[in-house]
Formats: sequence, C-alpha cells, structure tokens
Amino acid sequence: MAQPKKTFRWQNVEAGVNRGYAIGVLVFLLAPLFVIVPLSFNAEPYFSFTDKMLTLNPDGFSLRWYRDIIDNPQWLEAMGNSLIIAIASTALATVLGTLAAIGLARSNMPYRDFFMALLISPLVVPIVIAAAGMYFFYSSVGLAQTTLGIIFAHTALGVPFVVITMTATLSGFDRNLIKAALSLGANPMTAFYRVTLPLVAPGMISGALFAFAASFDEVVTVLFLGGPEQRTIPRQMWSGIREQISPTILAVATILIIFSSLLLLAVEMLRRRNAAHTPQR
Amino acid sequence: MSAHQGAKLAEQFRQSGKRARRGTFLLVLPLLAFLMATFIFPIGAMLNRSVEDPTVATLLPRTAAALRSWNGKGRPPFSAYSALADDLKRANLEGTIGKVATRMNFERAGMRSLLIKTARVAHTFELPYAQAFNAVDLQWSEPELWGALRHASASTTAGYYASALDYSRTADGKWHQRAEEDQIYVTLFIRTLWVAGVVTGLCFLLGYPLAYFIAHLDERSRNLVLILVLLPFWTSLLVRTTAWIALLQTNGVVNDTLAAFGGERLDLIHNMTGTLIAMTHILLPFMVLPAYSVMLSVPPALTRAAISLGASPWTAFWRVYFPMTLPGAAAGGLLVFILALGYYITPALVGGRTGQLISNMIEFHMKTSLNWGLAAALGGILLGGVVVLYILYARVVGLNRLRLG
Repeated sequence: MAQPKKTFRWQNVEAGVNRGYAIGVLVFLLAPLFVIVPLSFNAEPYFSFTDKMLTLNPDGFSLRWYRDIIDNPQWLEAMGNSLIIAIASTALATVLGTLAAIGLARSNMPYRDFFMALLISPLVVPIVIAAAGMYFFYSSVGLAQTTLGIIFAHTALGVPFVVITMTATLSGFDRNLIKAALSLGANPMTAFYRVTLPLVAPGMISGALFAFAASFDEVVTVLFLGGPEQRTIPRQMWSGIREQISPTILAVATILIIFSSLLLLAVEMLRRRNAAHTPQR
Repeated sequence: MSAHQGAKLAEQFRQSGKRARRGTFLLVLPLLAFLMATFIFPIGAMLNRSVEDPTVATLLPRTAAALRSWNGKGRPPFSAYSALADDLKRANLEGTIGKVATRMNFERAGMRSLLIKTARVAHTFELPYAQAFNAVDLQWSEPELWGALRHASASTTAGYYASALDYSRTADGKWHQRAEEDQIYVTLFIRTLWVAGVVTGLCFLLGYPLAYFIAHLDERSRNLVLILVLLPFWTSLLVRTTAWIALLQTNGVVNDTLAAFGGERLDLIHNMTGTLIAMTHILLPFMVLPAYSVMLSVPPALTRAAISLGASPWTAFWRVYFPMTLPGAAAGGLLVFILALGYYITPALVGGRTGQLISNMIEFHMKTSLNWGLAAALGGILLGGVVVLYILYARVVGLNRLRLG
C-alpha cells in the first residue's frame, strides 16, 4: 500500500498530532495492566508505589502476595472450579455452536437472520436480566447451586462467540472443495475430516478460546446461581474487591493477565494461519 | 420429455429442496433447543413475574372476591371486612401471612406490620367487624388502604410497570406520577441512558483517532499495535476493574502522582467519574475494531484524488474519508451503547452511590428487597430498549459484521 504521508507534507503534521493522541489513548488502554503487574510485587500492603519501589530498592519488592495465593486453599479451589466450569462449558458451546454455524452458513437456512439474531442474543442481553431469569428457572428444576447449572449458564453466554467466529470462517469457505473431494471418491465423512475440518479448525479453536475466556471471567451468573461449592476465581475476586481489598488480588490479577495474553497470542496465531488459507475477497 | 414427467421432476426437485432445508435446520436445532431451555425461556418466565400477581388472590381469596365488586370509591362493603377477618385468621394459622404482608408492603409502605399485627388478633374479631379493625389500627378506616388491597387482589397487574416508571395510584385507581424530585426509577433510567451516551461519545473521541492511526501504520507495526488494543479486551473484566481501583483510589497511583506534583487529591472512584472511566476503558475496543476494519477498506487514492482536485486536506478528510468510515464507527458506537445500557459489574464495584445504573437496581430488588415483580418490570423495560437497539443493529449494520478482534 502506498504511504500517503510520503507524498503530502501536510500529513506529516497531521500524522504527528494524530500519533501523539493515539499513543495517549493506547497508554490509557494499557496503563491499568502495566501498573498492576509491578504493584503485585509490592512488599507493603499498599496499592501505590512505595519510595523503595520507585528507587528500585530490592527490599521494596516481594513475592508475599503470591505466597498468599498458594497458602490459601480457597484460591486453589476457586482455580479448580473455574477450570472445570470453563472447560465443560467451552466444549458444549463449541459443539453446539459449530453445528449451528454450519447450518447458518448454508444458503437454504430458513429464517436465517432471525435465528442468527436469537443465537447471538446472549451477547447483548443485560447480564443481570439473564442471571435473574436463570436464578428462578434453575432453582425450580434443581440446577441452582450446582456446578452443572453454572456450566449451562456459561455455555449459553459463550455460544455467541463460537457462532460469530464460525460463521465468519465458514463464509470464506469454498464449498466446491467438498464437491471436489466427493467427486474424487471421498465419502462424506472423509471429506469432512480431511477437507472441511482442517480449514475451519482455526476459526473453531479461536471461537472456543473466546468462549473459554468468557466463562473464565464470568461472575454475575455465579453470584446468582452458585453456592459455596461453586466459588470461582472471578467470584473470589468479586468478594475480595467488595470486602477487604488486599494486594493478593493484584497477584491473582497478574496471573490472569499472563493467562489472557497467552490466550490472545493463540487466537492471533490462529487468525494469521486462517488468513493465509482464505483467499482475499 | 412430456409435460407430466416435467411436473413430476419439478415436484421431486421441490421435495429434495425441502428435505435439504430441513436438514439444515436440524443442524441449528440442538443449539436453539439448548438456548431456549437455559436462556430464553428462563428470561421469559422471569419477565412474566412483572405482570403476574397471585399472592393476594390466592392467599386472601374471600377478600379478593369481596373487593372485586367494590368500585374503590367511598367505604368498602361490609362483606369485605368479614372476609378479610376470616382470611387473615386463616393466613395467620397457616403461616402465609408473611407472604401477603410482604407483597402488600410493596403496594403501600407500612402495610407489612399492619397486616401482621391485625392477623395476630383476627380470631378475636366480632361483629361489627369494621369497628374491630379500626380498634386495631385507625389506618383501616382509610379507603386508600382498602384500595391498595383491591388492586393487589387481581391476579395480573400493571402495578409493577407503573412503579417502575414512578407511578403510584389512589384508592379509586387513578395513576399519578411522583414529583420529579421523588422519582427513583425514571431518574435511574435517564442516568443509565446518559452514561451509555457519554461512554459512547468518549469511546468515539478516543477510538476513532486510534483506529485511524492503526489503519495508517505499516503492516508490521499495525499488527503489533492491534495486539496492544486487544490485550485489555482479553483481560478479565475484574482484573481491569481492580486495576482502576488501584489507580484511582484516594491513595492510589494517580492521586499519589498528583500529590507529588503539589496537586490536590481528587475523588476519582466510587462515584460517577469512576464508572465513566472504567466503562469507557472496557468498551473502547468495541469501537476501535469495527472503525479500524472499515478504514482499512477505504482506498487511499480517494483522499489523494480529492486533494488533487483542489480540496484542502481537511476538506478531503471531512467530505471524503470521514463519511466513508462513519458506518464503521457508528456500528461500533451502537454496540458500545447497547452493552453500556446493561452494565452491572463495573458500576457495582467502582460506582459508589452516585455511579449506580439500572442493572444494579434490578439486582437490589432481586436479592435484597426481594421485590421480584418490580425487578422483572425494570428488567422488562431495560430489555425492551436493548432488543429494539439490537434489532436496529441487526438490520442496519448486519450481524455478520459482528467481529471479535
């Protein structure tokens, strides 16, 4: 792509102003993350940088808040609960969402727009309304205060991510490839496993990662539906922030930041791979 | 080929098309059924609570029947007094009086204690009942009180929606809206709309230039900066909220920096400012990403053509580039607005008293005041607004334009 700023001098000035402003916005976006990480190594129970930290005195730093996490069985239990719920609801959302997306991507899907809107609606319905509805209904069928109830809730909330990424992936998918495989003698199953799946797998995995991240971060349905047995990481953080905010939360937050960075990098790599396979349209 | 064969073929073709459509629908069906059962039906059933009102009709049945024949004007019929004495006696015996009392307290403050007090002595009541009631509490001589009972005795009600819009009513059933300074929910709805609007505006002011900047970078740095935008997007909401608390609290990083430069410490959190800052931060990527992807599709030759035809750079931007990229920004803005309307976590954690939104009030009535009918009515109004905007989004922007990162 041609670089207009080399051709027009006025754009140098404009680009300079724009760059400064944009960098300011980027700093606003990233500042919270980059402040929380060093603060989690604070030797003092404060939420601000101490003089020792500012002068990079090693005494000002410590791992005590990380030790707190390991010493506290509640955090470890919460981690286990979060993982179980996130993995189960991601698996369910990915299977259901992928099937539905394959249907939605076909041209003969009746009332396509309506169903698409319905299946994506958990993304926009205010979470408190969804959680309140689930609270009454799940209580009446015995799913309240169970892990299964929260898995169902998180599946419903994660499904839109799978549907969105999968329909986007499938819209770039050339169905002639399947026809070609079939005409060359592959049976439909072989065609699916050898042709369709490898091409749509990146979209499927990134949809799954989105659903996983959504479940791993979800707190409102857990607040409404979960009992003491279903305390998850976000639930622990919620009560930590509301009751007694201690720097242990910053240590947990740092771990979660590292975790989400890894998820993001995985999704980005998948996207690049996917972009390389899909023809530009 | 005869006409008959042709018709047969056409019929077969139609049949196979139908079969294929059914097959396609079967792929969508499992998810549709799952969402119906776990998400859509529960919400519908909850919203139903905003109009259904069986408590008084089922627990004080005779009173409900007696009051139904009363027009709400003047004194209630004598039959109502004896029916209520009977019903209260029974409710007290069966232990259901608490439910009735709680329900009636939503209708009229103070009725909980009045009903419980009266029910406890109802078994001693003798003719004339009206005097027996007045002997317990003079409030029983007020027609408004009986009016409240009459309204609550229908099994469906518009009362919760009325309360949700700050309407209350007199004994004869006339609606009137509370004075503006006494309005709670309308004020909160307006505040929620205002916050969503301000957050959308802030996201545009911050996000559009950032998207422009990213779209005009070379490919390598573009990918890097995009990852920087996506990183907070992927980071747990609670983590980001925690970070804002650490940054903005009285002894937090921002205020310490201000103080170090001799400035005054500001109240930046646990109020509206905190809600606005944290919500803008969280929703900003939803504005940047669609604006950016539209900007990528605008050929740079267009602005150059405008300039070579004599437009000033600003005119070229304003008349050519901006109108072409506005749909992307508008799509992002609409999504930000929709999501902001239903925000709950951020206001609950950093909003303090003044930064609460309608979702927080719904949660309060769900879990603390246990006025589920009112919670459902508030939720119904909020959901109605969101659904209208969502349909607008689907129609104008298109759901297939919804991209995540």
